[in-house]
Amino acid sequence: MIRLLSLTLLLFWNASSFAQLYVTSDGEISFHSHTFLEDINAENKKVTAILDPVKKNIAFSMLMKGFQFKRKLMQEHFNENYVESDKFPSSTFNGSFTGELNKDKEGAYPVSVKGSMTIHGVTKMVQAPGTFTVKNGSITGVASFKLNPADYNIDIPFIVRNKIEKENTIEVNIDFKPKK
Amino acid sequence: MHGTVFSVILFLFIYSSEAQDSSLLTLLKEQDKPSTSNVSATFKATHIANLQTVESPAKGDLNFIIMHRFGKINDGSYNFFGLDNATLRLGLDYGITDRLAAGIGRSSLEKTFDGYLKYKLLRQTEDGKMPVSVSLLETVSNYTLKFTDKTYLNAKYRTTYVSQILIARKINRSVSLQLAPAMLHFNLVPTSKDNNDVFAATVGGRVKFTKRMSITGEYTYLPSGQINSRDVKNSLSLGWDIETGGHVFQLVFSNSQGMTESQYITRTTGSWGKGDIYFGFNISRNFTLKKK
Repeated sequence: MIRLLSLTLLLFWNASSFAQLYVTSDGEISFHSHTFLEDINAENKKVTAILDPVKKNIAFSMLMKGFQFKRKLMQEHFNENYVESDKFPSSTFNGSFTGELNKDKEGAYPVSVKGSMTIHGVTKMVQAPGTFTVKNGSITGVASFKLNPADYNIDIPFIVRNKIEKENTIEVNIDFKPKK
Repeated sequence: MHGTVFSVILFLFIYSSEAQDSSLLTLLKEQDKPSTSNVSATFKATHIANLQTVESPAKGDLNFIIMHRFGKINDGSYNFFGLDNATLRLGLDYGITDRLAAGIGRSSLEKTFDGYLKYKLLRQTEDGKMPVSVSLLETVSNYTLKFTDKTYLNAKYRTTYVSQILIARKINRSVSLQLAPAMLHFNLVPTSKDNNDVFAATVGGRVKFTKRMSITGEYTYLPSGQINSRDVKNSLSLGWDIETGGHVFQLVFSNSQGMTESQYITRTTGSWGKGDIYFGFNISRNFTLKKK
């Protein structure tokens, strides 16, 4: 009985020692749409994210109002008419990755990230290749993928349809630090 | 006994590890602070119909507005129900900062020039700590129509000042209301029975019925006894706003022909009941001159 308890305690202790989490509250996610008529670029530099390099889980969350556009009117329309930030204030991703990641060894680790993305109240499974880079005790995650606003019930009116690319490019650049 | 304890502990272990997996996002959500940012787009345009809204162009944005009113609908078929006549105001608004805007305008009615400064004093916040947006509007207008019999009318006599406090609240995503008390000062009034300083208050609002369309209305109450040499009606305007990208298109029905503060507040002669209704439109176009 004692032996079993100590074994269990050991297991718990092991589990807790492995659960070193990596977090940030200033990750960057940007999206880009390029058409002949209009270039749209917006950047959110206040993405909160969390990474468990051992269990290979990753999640991030951002406020849609955090996206900054060069043109303020565009930013207003983005929040008011497209993503409806008052109804759906944040977007989230919750998933996992496959591929090697050794947090104790510096280097670049190509991985495949998969999980559920929630935007505009709609949740979809997404999968994208990405790279983790371990350097100076922090882990930087970089990924780029395409996203179709129509998949998330984001309605683009006929009149501006040729000003917005059908698939927007999403770029993720998140610098994780060990959670204290 | 050992078996039971073991399975309970194993269960606890699995359970705790699973809880941890799903809690990654939960942990994040706890970090997300509620937004304290300012409420945006209380109104889609800088005017409801004639009443200026709390909105102004963002820093470095130029807004070009064409305000157009046809003649009165009750002018009859000979004047094609008012469509033969037109009154126009062309305006430019520029955002000096995100809070301060300056504008100039020219109306065909009495060949009037107007200029204004608008300052966003308070802005409604999403967390409700600031319940309203307040903008201060200071307008000066000068009419240049020539009268051969009134050579004494110099620039000073032709000038009017209007100070207006615009108080607006976006009640929900579709309904916004604005209250705008105004103080007008005329350097010269037609007769000694008229006040040089006139008080009036305007209420306006919009109801969005799709993401890009809304019904608007505004009503000006001009307390009686201030202007006595002519019959002045309270201004009532109804509109339909359509937003398409950088344009806002507003269809307007109003008993006011004039489109600047001094004109629609104190020079409205039309009566809705008699069909003195001016149909018209405002078109505004936003240009980003300086990208942030």
